[in-house]
This record gives sequence, C-alpha cells and structure tokens, in this order.
Amino acid sequence: MSTTSTPALPPFQRFLDAERDTVWRYLVSRVGPGEAEDCFQETFAAALRAYPRLRPDSNLRAWVLTIAQHKTLDAHRARSRRAVPVAEPGEIAQRDSVPGPEAGEEALWQAVGALPERQRSAVTLRYVADLPHREIAAALGCSEEAARRSLHEGLKKLRKAVEQ
Amino acid sequence: MSNEDLTELERALRLGPAHAQEDLRARGTSRAAQKDARDAARRFSERAGARGLADVNYASVDSPFGPLLLAGSGRGLLRLAFPEEEVDEVLDGLSRRVSPRIVEAPAQLDRSRRELDEYFAGDRHAFELPLDWTLVGPFGRRVLSAAAAIPYGDVHTYTQIATKAGSPRGSRAAGNALGANPIPIVVPCHRVLRGSGALGGYAGGLERKQFLLELEGAR
Repeated sequence: MSTTSTPALPPFQRFLDAERDTVWRYLVSRVGPGEAEDCFQETFAAALRAYPRLRPDSNLRAWVLTIAQHKTLDAHRARSRRAVPVAEPGEIAQRDSVPGPEAGEEALWQAVGALPERQRSAVTLRYVADLPHREIAAALGCSEEAARRSLHEGLKKLRKAVEQ
Repeated sequence: MSNEDLTELERALRLGPAHAQEDLRARGTSRAAQKDARDAARRFSERAGARGLADVNYASVDSPFGPLLLAGSGRGLLRLAFPEEEVDEVLDGLSRRVSPRIVEAPAQLDRSRRELDEYFAGDRHAFELPLDWTLVGPFGRRVLSAAAAIPYGDVHTYTQIATKAGSPRGSRAAGNALGANPIPIVVPCHRVLRGSGALGGYAGGLERKQFLLELEGAR
C-alpha cells in the first residue's frame, strides 16, 4: 500500500485512550494495584514529553510499554531502597492479613526479576502484555529474530530456576 | 496464542504475579480494571493540562447549538467547532497544524466556557478571553481582526471588512477568510453581511447566523 500524504501522529488523547487498558493491565501485573497509579501517571507523562519527536509510523503500543517497563524498574528500585531489614509490628500485622503467594509463584517472579533486562522485557511483553513477536522486536529495538532468541533464552533460564 | 499450546511455565507467566491475581479476584471482572484505567487516564489528562505539559487542551461545552468543541493553547483559544464537525477530524487538524500533544482537559477551557455561557444568556457583549491565532494566516488575521472590531448588535458589509483589512477590492477573499474563521462566535464573523442586507454565508449554517444576530438585537 503506497500513499503520498505523510502519516501524522494521532492526537495524544486518542493514543492514551487506545492504550490505557493495556498499560494499566501491564502495570498492575508488574507492580500491583497500589503502585500502578503512580507508574501509569509517570509513564504517560514521559510519553507526552517525547511524543512529538516520534515517527508517525512507530509502533505506539510497543513504545509506551517500553516506557512503562522502565517505570516499573524505577518503582522496584525505590521499593528496595525503602525496605527495612526488621519489619515494624504494624507492618507484620498488615502482611499477615494478606494471604501470601504460593512459594512456586514467588520463585518464578523472582526469577523473572533476575533475568537480564532484554530477556525480562521479552518475557513480560510476551506473556503479560500479550504482544506478538513483531511488536516485542519493535519495543526492544531489535530484529524479530533477536526478540525470539531473547524470549527463548529467558524461558530456558526460568525453567531452570523453577525446577531447582 | 491458544492456551493448549502453552507449557505450564508459560501459563504461570500469563497469570502474572500473585498480587495481580489477587487484584483480579478481589475486583471480579476486568470491567473494574477498565474503569480504573479510564479514571487514571482522565486524571492524567487533567493534570497534564493543569501543569501545561500539553500544547493543546480541549473540551466539549454545551450551547444552544448543541455541544461545541473548544481547543486552546497556553496562549489562548485556538478553535471552536460546531456540533456537525467530526471531533476526530478537528483534533487531527490540530495535531497536524499545531502539535500532537493534545489532551482533553475541560478545566483549562473554563474561562472560554464561562464567557460563552454569559454571551448566550445575553449578559456578555464582548469576549475578553485571550485568542491564539496560530491557525490563521496574515491576511485572514487582518480580516478577522476587522470583524472582531464590529461592536455587538452592529453589522458590516463584506466590502467594508475588505477595506479595513487593506484590500478594498478583495471582498470575495475577505468572505473566504471569514468562512475559514477557526473561532466563530467568539470572533464575530456572523456580523458581516452582503451590501444588499442579505445574510451572505456562514460556516455554521445561515440559521445560526440569524440566531446570533437576533440574540444581539441586530436583526
């Protein structure tokens, strides 16, 4: 399909409305409902700043999920800085009221967190955001083949980690 | 990706971490998640508008003509669109000609909304809100400025406006510039008539032109 007119970026609001559900789902799955709101606001604020510099034919979903992913890493880092070795009594009470995750699940997501960045991105974009390989490649800025390889390597490591 | 093709590991990954599953269980359907996403997006747009992060803010406001689309920049009101204009097309035009950094931030258009309400109630005879002329070329700017100087309740002819815009023989060009007015009502191109007294044209429809002139007591 060839067209002579240059495609323009959609108005930001339309892009926000089209991607908000995916980004929200992704953030809730990565940082939980409590921190999803802050990450969501920061993700779209960063997207709005960079928006006019985007090429109109960019894959907007892959792009915004990459930003969201960076924001979740920031949130994880901030949380580990806040972590106190000995919990306060109130904190323990609060924690006890929430049913703990299954040991196996916890191990799996710790293993996901321990993957090299590109593999972790490939795994979360594939399974949490449900992106096809082509869009993962666009988000990571690599070829589709390289994206498949990262995903494959990541899954291999995870399999090993949960079998231990 | 069908579920049968997935290994156990892949299925676990798709379910997400435990806290995400708990959230889904606690909130029931994904409709709740969609509402959360919609609310978060609304908060984002309002905040972006309030902090001046967007280049264009827009809102829909009620009027006797139906919902009007208002769009403004940090400088002032850029655009007023009548209900027949497709919102998507108006926003696409603003994205191309001004900036794609466009958000729906109704609070940023509060002043325009207030002055329009007062105008339609007959309580306001002159708009004081700042205007942004980005969508208007130099000739159009001269023509629309001449139209904006016509007092409430008064009318001018196309020739008079063309003369004031510096091209006495350009009444047709002046008519085109008035027809392309991106901020009708506020920039009162409806106050320009034919020399014969006939209404001439109006992008919003002649009935509306008549309505506005009657509201102002000009006809």
